[in-house]
Amino acid sequence: MNIVNFTPQSAFLGGIIIGLAVIIFFIGNGRLAGISGIVSATLVSKLNRTDNFLFIIGLVLGPIFYVFFTKINIPFLITPSLPIIITAGLLVGIGTKIGSGCTSGHGICGISLLSLRSITATIIFMITAIITVKLIG
Amino acid sequence: MMSKIVSVISGIIFGVGLSVSNMINPEKVLGFLDLFGQWDPSLIFVMLGAIIVSAPVFFLYRNKNKPLFADNFSISTLKSIDKNLIIGSGTFGIGWGMVGFCPGPAISSLALLNTYSVFFVLSMLGGFLLTKLLDKIIIPIQHT
Repeated sequence: MNIVNFTPQSAFLGGIIIGLAVIIFFIGNGRLAGISGIVSATLVSKLNRTDNFLFIIGLVLGPIFYVFFTKINIPFLITPSLPIIITAGLLVGIGTKIGSGCTSGHGICGISLLSLRSITATIIFMITAIITVKLIG
Repeated sequence: MMSKIVSVISGIIFGVGLSVSNMINPEKVLGFLDLFGQWDPSLIFVMLGAIIVSAPVFFLYRNKNKPLFADNFSISTLKSIDKNLIIGSGTFGIGWGMVGFCPGPAISSLALLNTYSVFFVLSMLGGFLLTKLLDKIIIPIQHT
């Protein structure tokens, strides 16, 4: 193992900002900012649909505001081929739906709540992701 | 009205956090998942930063009467580590490792107008709908 491209300060600062979003959504609306749940609920449920949709709009506006106010370009690179992208998208959609959460819902909110379910889920998806990268990387 | 403002503001701040930490970038996330190769531990610091902020607030507020603009706090009451949690999370991890996208960054990256992001998000939405459909036929999912 070689440690490369490690950016602890910007990572930690970004994490604190994400944490702020989580607590505003929680104290204001009483809900957990689990993105897979918010997005899939927007598709299939009438409950809080406007709130969910507005949260998604906000998620897309975030990077736009960031670039506009800081004038910093966001490094961004996707290398896999289109069939891989589509397969991965399907697996992420199916998996987070069946497992009721993703990196934000289980990894941040659930762990913050000390939920054993979320801690387990996070360990499992990290392990299968690391194995996947090892196998295809 | 206030809950709508809270929703859009939370989304914006979340998206800014993903930009500042560069977690919006699949290449950066794949660096974290490449544990046995060229490893970039940054994602751990993102999670730590977020948890340090949210954990104390959850602890203080979850037993309070109600949130500011809703009738009650909605937190999953599921406790058991069941088959769905394990199979679902394992499947999600495989998809995550293939591209480096999880749902939040994928949605946020639509702002960068990359065609591949659009294809990923559409497939992910397809996955949600497919599961909802299968839910009725074979796999009973515990909805939270």
